[in-house]
Amino acid sequence: MTLFVKYDFDLVYKTLLKEQLEALDIAYSFGSLGEIHIEGKLSKDKLDMLTASLKRYGIEILSKQNVTLIERIKNAIDDYLQNKELRSEKLSSYLSDKLHYSYAHLSTAFSENTYNSIENYMILKKVDLVKELMCNTSLTLTEIAFRLDYSSVAHLSGQFKKTTGLTPSLFLRIMKKKQQL
Amino acid sequence: MSDKILNIALADDDEDDRMLFNEAIDEIAIRTKLSLFNHGQELMDYLTLPNIVLPNLIFLDLNMPIKNGQQCLLEIRSNPRLKDLCVAIYSTSSSEKDIEETFLNGANIYVNKPNNFSKLREVVEKVLQLNWQYHTSNLNKETFLFRI
Repeated sequence: MTLFVKYDFDLVYKTLLKEQLEALDIAYSFGSLGEIHIEGKLSKDKLDMLTASLKRYGIEILSKQNVTLIERIKNAIDDYLQNKELRSEKLSSYLSDKLHYSYAHLSTAFSENTYNSIENYMILKKVDLVKELMCNTSLTLTEIAFRLDYSSVAHLSGQFKKTTGLTPSLFLRIMKKKQQL
Repeated sequence: MSDKILNIALADDDEDDRMLFNEAIDEIAIRTKLSLFNHGQELMDYLTLPNIVLPNLIFLDLNMPIKNGQQCLLEIRSNPRLKDLCVAIYSTSSSEKDIEETFLNGANIYVNKPNNFSKLREVVEKVLQLNWQYHTSNLNKETFLFRI
């Protein structure tokens, strides 16, 4: 006889990794698909054991060079937004210097895979950072604008409104009310 | 192009709106599979079936008979299996009160139903792109609130 099965890939992936990581007593959290954050550093022994145990299921731990180009672009943008010194350089030249590809190549690869341009992604990520700073710190909008290199609060508010459809104050009011629920 | 397919559900009691939405989504480059529901109860009955593949994104009309959008949203957010689904409200109402209430109830995106087809296509595409980014990038889901 033949049985037909269907399965939830995400659940299989998470359950499997959870079992293997817990067996080795590794503290972790899931990032975006295919990304696992390990708390602290992993000893060479544990990394080898994890590599071996995952290999049985056809799961391979990627070395830095193998992480897909798109992930590397996204990570580079994260660094760029976190470090004010990096932003003395333009995003396009920063990315091509760091990843050793022409910006045109990076830009095409990014749009083809994510349905979005690098610039749009950067703005989305930047606004995400603004949201985080608004919710989790006591920084004022003026301070946040300065920290993220906006020329003025008006510029920040404008980009926030254009990207999210909400004004920063309405967003904050909703988030505060949500936290009280 | 990526070969992933986005599973999308739409609950709307207006047949014309469902049809237009279907056409709009067909014209977008992102590969999708759309499931349509006539009202909120039909959607909730489907979502609570065991062994289904849950949609990546749900569009909810607010005013529907039997079970309206707000009720569905509350049920989705209080169900451990469904609470992390991305929900976009799709409504003709643009009252601040409705908007704020849906966000407080856990909506991620608030979309005003556009009044022409090309605008509709544009809006749906924007929602799909946002949802795609939230699925594939490291963005904070706690503050996933957008109005389009």
